[in-house]
Amino acid sequence: MIELLNLSKSFVTADGPVDALKHVSLSIHDGDIYGIIGMSGAGKSTLVRCINMLERPSDGSVIWDGTDLGKLSKKEIQQVRHQITMIFQSFNLLMQRTCLENIMLPLKLIHMPRAKAKARAMELLETVGLPDKANAYPAQLSGGQQQRVAIARALATDPKVLLCDEATSALDPKTTHAILSLIREINRKMGITVIVITHQMSVVQEICNRVAILENGAVVEEGEVSQVFSNPRAAATKALVYPDVAEGMEPDEGVNAQTVRVVFQGNDAAKKPMIASMAIDCHIAATILSATTRTLNGKAYGNMLLRIPGGPDELARAVKYLSAEPNVVVQVDAEYTQDAVNAREGQDE
Amino acid sequence: MNNYIATYYNAEKLAKAWAVIRADFLRETGVTLYITLMATLFAILIGLPLGVLLVTGDQKGIRPLPKPLMAFLNGLINLLRSAPFIILIVVLMPITRAIVGRAVGNTAVIVPLIIAAFPFVARLVEGSLREVNPNIIEMSLSSGASTWQTVYHVMLPESVPSLITSFTTAVTTILGYTAMSGAVGGGGLGNLAITQGQQRYNQAVLLAALIVLVILVQVFQTVGTRLAKRMDKRIKE
Repeated sequence: MIELLNLSKSFVTADGPVDALKHVSLSIHDGDIYGIIGMSGAGKSTLVRCINMLERPSDGSVIWDGTDLGKLSKKEIQQVRHQITMIFQSFNLLMQRTCLENIMLPLKLIHMPRAKAKARAMELLETVGLPDKANAYPAQLSGGQQQRVAIARALATDPKVLLCDEATSALDPKTTHAILSLIREINRKMGITVIVITHQMSVVQEICNRVAILENGAVVEEGEVSQVFSNPRAAATKALVYPDVAEGMEPDEGVNAQTVRVVFQGNDAAKKPMIASMAIDCHIAATILSATTRTLNGKAYGNMLLRIPGGPDELARAVKYLSAEPNVVVQVDAEYTQDAVNAREGQDE
Repeated sequence: MNNYIATYYNAEKLAKAWAVIRADFLRETGVTLYITLMATLFAILIGLPLGVLLVTGDQKGIRPLPKPLMAFLNGLINLLRSAPFIILIVVLMPITRAIVGRAVGNTAVIVPLIIAAFPFVARLVEGSLREVNPNIIEMSLSSGASTWQTVYHVMLPESVPSLITSFTTAVTTILGYTAMSGAVGGGGLGNLAITQGQQRYNQAVLLAALIVLVILVQVFQTVGTRLAKRMDKRIKE
C-alpha cells in the first residue's frame, strides 16, 4: 500500500515560491489501478515524482508498505526505484540502443549477468507483443510500439508498482485503448499496482477503479470511479466529467428558473423516457440544458441538467416525481451553477 | 607573377624541393600524425571526464558539486583556452621537462599540446552531453540508476554521434597546432614547411607540405563525419 500523508511541495521560482502540492493525502491499495486526474498545472506530474522521490516533498510523507521513503538514503531510494518503476508520455527510450538493449537497461543497473538479462528482455518483448522487434531501434517503431517497449523496460525488475505519467497522451485513441488494455492485463496477471496520471477522463473511465481529482495542487475529490463519475461533487470533477456543461452553461438569472441535476445509473433507468412521462403525468415541460450518458464497466451512467419552469411548487413536484424512479438521484442544482461560476473565476485569478 | 614563378619555382628550386620531399616528407608526415594522435588521445582522456563533470556537477545537473569547485574548473578551462599556444609551449617548458624528461623534441611538444587541447575537448564534450534529452536522464534516475550509471549507460551512449563529431573537430584543430612544434625543436610537416620552405625561400616545399596537411584534415573530417552518421540510430532506415 502507498500512503501519501499531508504531502506538500513548493518550488522557488523567479516570481516567488509556488505551491505545487498542498496537503495531499491519499491511500493506494495493492492491486489498484489508481487514477490521478487534473487539468495541466494541477500538480499531477509533481505528485507522481514525489512517489518515487524524483522530487523530494517539502512536507509530509510517502509511506510504501510501512517504509517512509523520505527517510531513505540515496542508495536505498535507488533500490526502491527498481520496485516502483515508471513510464512516460514521451516514452523516453534510448534512441541509440535497440529495443532489447533498452529493456536490458534496468537489469544492467542491478548487475544481472548479460545472458540472463537478454533472456529476460526477450521474454518481456513477448509479453508486450513485440517479439520480432528485439533488434529494431526506437526510431523504427510507431509511438504505440515505443510505449510497449517502455512498458517492457518498466517491468524488467519485477516491480510492485507502475507509475504511468500521461502514458497515452501522445497516442491516438485506438493505440491508447490497446496500451490501456495492456496495462490492465499487467495489473491483473502480475498483480502490479498501477498509478495513472492523466488529464483524460476517458483513460480513468477505461481502466481505473479509484480516482483522485487534483486541482491547484490539492485533492478535491477521491473515491471509487463509478461513484465519482455518477455523482461528482467538486466543481473541478464536474468540469472534468461534464466538460460541456461546465463550459457552455451560464446560469440564467430568471426569477422562476430553477435547475435540477438528474443522475441515473443502470441500463433500466437510462432507457426510460423520464422527461416525456413527467410532461404527461405532471404537466411540467422541463428544458434539457445538457445531457450525457457514458458506460462504465458495461453499466450506463447518465446525467442531465434540467430547468423546471414555474416556481418552487413545480420544482418540488418535479423532484418528487423523478426521485420516485429507481436508480435516479435528483439534486436541486442552482448551487452547482454558482459553484461552477466561482470555480471558473477562481481559476482566472 | 612571372617573376614570382621564376624566383620560387625555377628548375633549381623544384629539384631541391623534390629532394626534400623524397627524403623527409614520409617521415615528417608520420611525426605529425604521431604528435596529433597522441595529443588527441590524452586530451580526450582528460577532457572527456572533465566535460562530464561540467554537466553533472552543474547546479542544475544530476549531481551538483560545490559552486566554488565548479567556478574553479570553469575558470581554469577559460584561462587555458585564452592563452595562445606558442606562449603555452614556452611557459610549460619546466612542466614538460618534469613529465617527459626533456623540454624539446617531438614527444616534448605533446605535453603543451595536451594542456592546450584538453580544455577545448572538455567544452566540446560539455556541449555534446548537454544535448541529451533531459527526459531520458529522468527516465534513467527513475529506473534507479546512480549518477555514474546514468553517465555510463545513458548520457554517453546517447551522445556517441555528437561526441564523434566533437572529437573530429578536436583532432583537426590539434593537427593545426602541431605546426608550431618547431618552436621547441619538434618536427612534423608544419615545422618542415617553415624551416625547409619558408626560411630557405623554397615555396614549393611549403606548398607541398600544405597540400599534405590539407589532405590529412580532409581525411580526418570525412572519416569522422561518416562514422558519426553511421553510428546515429535516430535516423530511420
